[in-house]
Amino acid sequence: MDPQPQLPVFIVGAPLLFSVIVPVLGRIWRHSAFLLALATVAVAAVASALSLELVLRKEPFSYHLGGWAPPVGIEYVIDEVSAFVCVVITSVSFLVLVSTRRWAEREAGDRPGVFYGLVLLLLAGLTGIVVTGDLFNLFVFLEIASLAAYALVFIGGRKAMLAGFRYLIIGSIGGALYLLGVGFIYFATGTLNMIEARELLEGTPSTRAAQVGAVFIFAGLGLKMALVPMHLWLPDAYEHAPSSVNSLIAPVMTKVAAYAMLRMFLSVFPAGFLSGTVPIADALLILGLIGIVFGSVAAAGQSDIRRMLAYSSISQLAFIAVGIGLGSPLALAAALLHVANHAAMKATLFLAAASVRLRVGLQRTHNLAGLGPRMPLTMGAFAIGSVAMIGIPPTAGFFSKWYMAQAGVDEGQWVVVAVVLFSSLLTAVYLFKVLEQVYLRPAKPEPSAHGDDERDASADAAPRPELAMRPVVERAREAPFDVWLPLVVLAAATVVLGVINVVIMDHVLLPGVS
Amino acid sequence: MIEEISARFPYWAIAVLLVVGLYGMMGKRSLVKQVIGLSIFQSAIILFFISGSLLEGATIPILYSVHGEGHANPDDFVNPLPHVLMLTAIVVGVAIIGVALSFLVSIYREFGTLDERELLDDVRE
Repeated sequence: MDPQPQLPVFIVGAPLLFSVIVPVLGRIWRHSAFLLALATVAVAAVASALSLELVLRKEPFSYHLGGWAPPVGIEYVIDEVSAFVCVVITSVSFLVLVSTRRWAEREAGDRPGVFYGLVLLLLAGLTGIVVTGDLFNLFVFLEIASLAAYALVFIGGRKAMLAGFRYLIIGSIGGALYLLGVGFIYFATGTLNMIEARELLEGTPSTRAAQVGAVFIFAGLGLKMALVPMHLWLPDAYEHAPSSVNSLIAPVMTKVAAYAMLRMFLSVFPAGFLSGTVPIADALLILGLIGIVFGSVAAAGQSDIRRMLAYSSISQLAFIAVGIGLGSPLALAAALLHVANHAAMKATLFLAAASVRLRVGLQRTHNLAGLGPRMPLTMGAFAIGSVAMIGIPPTAGFFSKWYMAQAGVDEGQWVVVAVVLFSSLLTAVYLFKVLEQVYLRPAKPEPSAHGDDERDASADAAPRPELAMRPVVERAREAPFDVWLPLVVLAAATVVLGVINVVIMDHVLLPGVS
Repeated sequence: MIEEISARFPYWAIAVLLVVGLYGMMGKRSLVKQVIGLSIFQSAIILFFISGSLLEGATIPILYSVHGEGHANPDDFVNPLPHVLMLTAIVVGVAIIGVALSFLVSIYREFGTLDERELLDDVRE
């Protein structure tokens, strides 16, 4: 027998192991924390990329943890979809870590080791959710990732403390509901392995226990992915989280919960099970459509750029839910493509906001007037990210919306087409509002006109003393090299993802979902 | 109704615990009580798994010597898997409660109160 490929264990195992080592070494030598964490994420990213390559070259494979074959042991399933999502998570995290190093130094205080340990724990949980083929193991990884996220949100200051606590309570309800659902599925089928559960559910007429289990699982994951009306924790958590944290959790955290929901459709519940007596697919579709519109409208009403992006995340996650709700292979592939697109776009936008905060210290959109020429690379990346969010070709956002609309037409759900188009318009409203301020308006003359915007005192907007009397925006310089380079790479990635989307769809996502 | 409840007593007890926990988390102003509610909620789910593993007339799943007796009958034993799962779930629960309590300590040091309404007023100022 061939030895099984050992790659999958590096994707999850490396971050998990080093989440313990980094805090210890970080105490001895402060600078080792960042470098070790970055190296670990790089290892996970390379392992993910090699796994994806292996899957594409040969076929999907599963890794039996500790050599125990399922159903006794836990298996990691590496197929096109899970390998692809792992690559997205790890590579986006790598870029975000590089770009937010300065913020992390400031916000983690004298304990960078603990901060980076938590970041690695978060990544271990997220990649674990993606690759695991076991329902209970998914719960454990879900809680590992969530616990790390609660703690990371919590360190952001006074407001973040309350937001973090609320996030903990609601997130734990989500996890507990998921566990309850897994209990029902286990008692209905007698197995925790996803593939086996699917075979058993397919063979027997659906029992009430299995249906109740499905409802609890989707309620729990819905809470974790902030599906409307279960989104109340998200805006506060994203707004008040430290800048080094929200650019990390916004692109990947809720996306992975969405992926877990999609995994339930792909691997656990047989086709038709979720649209029969318990119309979960329809419920997801309807909540998703409401969420797209609600998130966009709420985002248009925000003046704080991070809060605006948080509501925009709710809208984009609802878009993924619509894809899951439609349930056709094309719609599922479009949802997965949007997972990758949105990770790149949201990372770009949040990093640009963090970069602005680093130099100017302001977050209200109306105070950023005239910033465009001062920080050309940062705001250029923000503009590309915005264009991608709105969905203008050839950026990435256009294609996932295009495929989704196409899937809506195929399924005869014209309302999906209408809402997708309408949401593009709404997205344009709130993002162009920022771009207009930044590029077309002159800088405000009076620094006192900042209103209720709490200017971050640590921002370095006064490079030369003779400029000290000029408005804060005019004093701003471009962010340092290591901040803007990952940002530009991510912005470029949104364009590249758009250009090569046919390759991704045909070779990775469509084979993965059919 | 009463027969229905007594026939499925564990399920009703678990449902009541779930609702009590949810009320604690959503309806109480004190953050400490919210954490207590979370703990009750998690305990209810642990009880649910344990009650589901039980069998009438079954015993603990320890195999004594079965030489020459063929296979042991699985109906004679309680299903051990849910117990193992719940050991893990308890550890997860302890971690969550631990993090929550450490949050509470930090919040109390920062604000001097654990009343949600006072905290929100405090933050808005």
